Amino acid sequence: MTSNPNKPTFHTDRSRLFKDRFAEWGISAGGVMVLIALLLIFFYLLYVVQPIFESAKVETRNSVKLDNASEIVGLGIEEQTEVAFLLGEKGNVDFYNVEKAQFGKKITTLNTELPSDVSSFARSAPFQNQYGYGLENGSVVIVSPKFLVTFPNNERKLTPRLDYPLGDLALEVDDQGAAITKFAFSHYEDKTAVVALTADKRVLFSSFVGEENMFTGEVEWVVERTELDIEGRVDELLISPDTTRTFIRSANQIYVYDTRYPSEVELIQLLAANEENANLVSTQLLAGANSLMLANDNGEVSQWFEVNTEDGREFQKIRAFETTKQSKLNIFTEFYRRTFFTAGANGELGIYYTTSEAKLWQGKVSEGPIQNFAIAPRSNAALILADDALKVIEIHNEHPEVTWSALWQEVWYEGYPEPAYIWQSTSASDDFESKFSLVPISFGTIKAAMYAMLFAVPIALSAAIYTAYFMSSELRKVVKPTVEIMEALPTVILGFLAGLWLAPLIEEHLPAIVGLLVLLPIGILLTAFGWNKLPASIRHRVPEGSHSILLIPVVIFIGWLSFAMSNSIELWMFDGNVRQYLTNELGMTFDQRNSLVVGIAMGFAVIPTIFSIAEDAVFSVPKHLSNGSLALGATQWQTLVRVVLLTASPGIFSAVMMGLGRAVGETMIVLMATGNTPIMDWSIFQGMRTLAANIAVEMPESEVGSSHYRILFLAAFVLFIFTFVFNTVAEFVRQQLREKYSSM
Amino acid sequence: MVKQWFKSGSPWIWMTGGAVSISLISVLGLLAMIAWKGLSFFWPSEVVQLELQGSVAKQTVIGEVYDRELVAKSRIEATGVDLSHYDKEQLERLLIKTGNREYVDLDFRWVLETDITSRTAPAELAVFERSKNGNFYGYVEQVIKDGEVITDNKIEVLYDLVDRAVDLNDQALDLQNGDIGHINYELERLRLKEKAYQLDNELTDERVAELAQTRAELRAEYAVLEKQLFALRKEAKRDQVTVKDMRGEVVTLPLYQVLDVWFPNDMGFFAKLGHYFVQLGKFVADDPREANTEGGVFPAIFGTVFMVLLMAVIVTPFGVVAAIYLHEYAAKNAITKMIRIAVINLAGVPSIVYGVFGLGFFVYMLGGSIDQLFYPESSPSPVFGTPGVIWSALTLAILTLPVVIVSTEEGLSRIPSTVRHGSLALGATKAETLWRIIIPMASPAIMTGLILAVARAAGEVAPLMLVGVVKMAPTLPLDGNFPYVHLDRKFMHLGFHIYDVGFQSPNVEAARPLVYATAFLLVSVIIALNITAIGIRNHLREKFRALEH
Repeated sequence: MTSNPNKPTFHTDRSRLFKDRFAEWGISAGGVMVLIALLLIFFYLLYVVQPIFESAKVETRNSVKLDNASEIVGLGIEEQTEVAFLLGEKGNVDFYNVEKAQFGKKITTLNTELPSDVSSFARSAPFQNQYGYGLENGSVVIVSPKFLVTFPNNERKLTPRLDYPLGDLALEVDDQGAAITKFAFSHYEDKTAVVALTADKRVLFSSFVGEENMFTGEVEWVVERTELDIEGRVDELLISPDTTRTFIRSANQIYVYDTRYPSEVELIQLLAANEENANLVSTQLLAGANSLMLANDNGEVSQWFEVNTEDGREFQKIRAFETTKQSKLNIFTEFYRRTFFTAGANGELGIYYTTSEAKLWQGKVSEGPIQNFAIAPRSNAALILADDALKVIEIHNEHPEVTWSALWQEVWYEGYPEPAYIWQSTSASDDFESKFSLVPISFGTIKAAMYAMLFAVPIALSAAIYTAYFMSSELRKVVKPTVEIMEALPTVILGFLAGLWLAPLIEEHLPAIVGLLVLLPIGILLTAFGWNKLPASIRHRVPEGSHSILLIPVVIFIGWLSFAMSNSIELWMFDGNVRQYLTNELGMTFDQRNSLVVGIAMGFAVIPTIFSIAEDAVFSVPKHLSNGSLALGATQWQTLVRVVLLTASPGIFSAVMMGLGRAVGETMIVLMATGNTPIMDWSIFQGMRTLAANIAVEMPESEVGSSHYRILFLAAFVLFIFTFVFNTVAEFVRQQLREKYSSM
Repeated sequence: MVKQWFKSGSPWIWMTGGAVSISLISVLGLLAMIAWKGLSFFWPSEVVQLELQGSVAKQTVIGEVYDRELVAKSRIEATGVDLSHYDKEQLERLLIKTGNREYVDLDFRWVLETDITSRTAPAELAVFERSKNGNFYGYVEQVIKDGEVITDNKIEVLYDLVDRAVDLNDQALDLQNGDIGHINYELERLRLKEKAYQLDNELTDERVAELAQTRAELRAEYAVLEKQLFALRKEAKRDQVTVKDMRGEVVTLPLYQVLDVWFPNDMGFFAKLGHYFVQLGKFVADDPREANTEGGVFPAIFGTVFMVLLMAVIVTPFGVVAAIYLHEYAAKNAITKMIRIAVINLAGVPSIVYGVFGLGFFVYMLGGSIDQLFYPESSPSPVFGTPGVIWSALTLAILTLPVVIVSTEEGLSRIPSTVRHGSLALGATKAETLWRIIIPMASPAIMTGLILAVARAAGEVAPLMLVGVVKMAPTLPLDGNFPYVHLDRKFMHLGFHIYDVGFQSPNVEAARPLVYATAFLLVSVIIALNITAIGIRNHLREKFRALEH
């Protein structure tokens, strides 16, 4: 800076300049930060939603060579995925450390107490964590590896042990003492069921019920055995964890037995379940035990479950999944979710989810065939026994149940007679198949918004047109703020009135509501006609533009009349009870809190929004346009319809869009004025559940980070985008209009 | 003739006019109805004694006429009632609030007009407002003071005894929530302190001894206070009154459960008016009772006001700074215009979306991190990682930010550029112009924005359901325990109170008048705020219009 001797200098210059700079910098930084914070909403919602659309990932943690790999018959891993256990064919259980740090270190070997030599092995459903040894003497021993958790010196320490869920007793499955060559079992609450194939080719179903002796405290087993009649060879035996169903695969046929009552074991269905030109190679029960997964040698895996048909409940093929064609294909399932794994002879692992029909991952995990496989309780890791080694893989598969098709298309859920759109997010049991279809609640949102708009748009627009174009300016100054003040009315109050006052009122006086719809226009027209007939001297005494004041008593009178007549009409036409008439004669369900109530209440909430914007648009149409039209001899109405409304139409459009945006996102009114049942039905006398209400109802209970939580975020994100786009279009149209007016 | 009339368009003008009438009637009717239903609840209404016979066994019913409606005869007959002697098509039935909840199945019952053989309103009928089981209606039989039956002037004595019991109960409650609550709070703090030392491995023997000593002192203090509390409670339980109810049985009411007693049929207009204001006062100043279906709404008023003020403190600076930046500093280009539209549109985004954002971002992410960093000793129970008043205020601040920004910007753009240029021409810097000229002139607009924001926040319920509101908060977010302001606490809110009492309470019928009263309170506050904002805005417009010329 060059100094200029003529420039006056102020000694405060520098500090003032500094302050100015500081203010500019501070305000800009603050302003930008606030705007970024607002942007954050968008990105945060996206950040939470995004993981549900990621597919599964698999990483290898490590592997360790085993010298007795061929003798391993079963394996499992503890919940924290720190310790794995391998069950040997002689009843020995080896525990290995599979943590990253000390991977492959053998911790200990425990031996199962077996009274006789082992002839076969079976495992329970994964969540039961039980393993069974079938013995030469015709009995079965069930063992369950467990871990004792202690915290010496604040460090977690796991001590393995073997539990015998049935005591140390061997279950005598075959009282003739033949060796067990194949079997399946389930120990569920106080019941234990075993289905076994003996060396002499008999198939036995035995049920054991433990009864505690009141005096000695000893458990006595009540045994019931039934011999099942199977033609041909027996390949696989399965029993559902709750012991109600038993499945026996004989080549390509599956025998389904009802084993609810051990004394009356009944064959309920015989399935020929193989795919065309293929043979079954293995079967497995999905978590929840409602679905049977069947693998074919052409690489196809099909899902079957019981469906209500004309002949009662029957197993049906629901869907199929493609894997690579190979000679041997085993299926493994998760603890609680509907994920299943295919482990093939070619070393390929596939991860699938049934409900969402998703193939989540596929890849080669070993050179040779996968000999055995086990999933961790939290489904975040798995053990693979292949190539004479034990391998641990980590699986990142948090949200397999969510796919685009599961959210938006019809899905055939277990136990349903056909594919359907269903929203049912939670249940008491862990192995519940969650039903995350956004269709019913999106439908509910649209339905609620539509009924609200049906009610609000005619009233709001007519009122806006009249207020802006015909009303005297003194009156307008009062009327406009009065209607607009309604916008500030908390929606919780509208919702409460709708639910507790309007809903019972409509239920009691349904004819009055219909009567109002018919009588109001007629009454107004009659009044208008009567007014027209009045002598001019009286007419001219009332100032122009106060039709609405004249009409107030008329509207009140018609309202009173409708309600007064309601009971008589009900008596006269509907035997005194419209609800019963609707249900019995027309077959319509009538919910007290229905779409009509929501339509009226939410209509009320959006009337001020639409009214205010539309009124502004009509009012700011340049006066010279309408004056020109009137001067050319058009009537008031003609001018309004052909000139004013045409010019203001973009503004009116934007008003309706804003109203729609508000109706779509409204929460409290819908929450309080409907039954919140996610049904899909256009009926005006039934309720609905909307996206917003659904979030309000379910968000507080959803577990952070779960699929449910993220889907609710997705619902919020959809609402956000939807209203934001609608409002932006409306706002853009409005700004364009403003420029158009100013250029006129 | 008619055809021509239609052609003139005049009927359509009338129709549009009719739409205005409908809107006006609905707005005013709605407000009038809320006001009427909300305010009439406190009026001491007549208590009637009905003798019934007919479709029900011969009996007496005492209570307030709560509602009446006309029903078709056939509908009543369908329920198996014989009405053959009644010749009209419709008949009236009355909803009677009979109170005495512990002795009857339902404290509201429908009575058919045809069953009523006599209807009287005896002056001796008393209404007891009780802290448990709602109102009790009946005739006062005996007033028992300390085991002794009062014979002279028993009603006067009854009033005195009720006042005494209420007074003792209040003292006991003060002691319990005040001093005893304080000791419990301190004990909990000691526990956390000990755990914090433990976590940091700083728990020396010295500290253990110190903590144990403080704890012992507090416990000793506690024992003394507890004795006082029990003494007060015992004192309060001294007196009883016996009342003959509608079944004709004499029931003993302990006076410590009676909050008030009055004889509505014996009251004159001014006595009723006095009673009315007393009840209104109780509604505003008392705590709720009986799962929120009775008593007052003080904690909800307090919670609403506290949260809204907190929100105002947060939203004002941010909103004003953002508006000033947008209007004064940001380049006037398409991007700024887009940002402006986006900000306006954020005001239209459904409030529940903000709630979801608040829950995920503020509560779980921010709150969770704060807990990990500063409150490891409280784990696993969260301090800030759970919905609370601060998160509600922040969420609503974000929700109302667009309102403040838009309103402030509007105020800034109304200030004529001549004023700005004048200041700059006199040598003031931009910051000085802003600080000395523009902001003072825009301050009414800022005020308007703030009031509108407050009005919106006070009525918003959906997002709060996710980020901090509860149906019953045991403690207020502001109390006498260090650090006095507890931003992590959950709070009660008028709007949520309406939702909860109206839709989640077991006895909706009994609670309904209270919901109307709460709704009226909320509506009047919000409408008053809005009218103030509109007034300020109009005043401002006039002022600047004068400046421009």
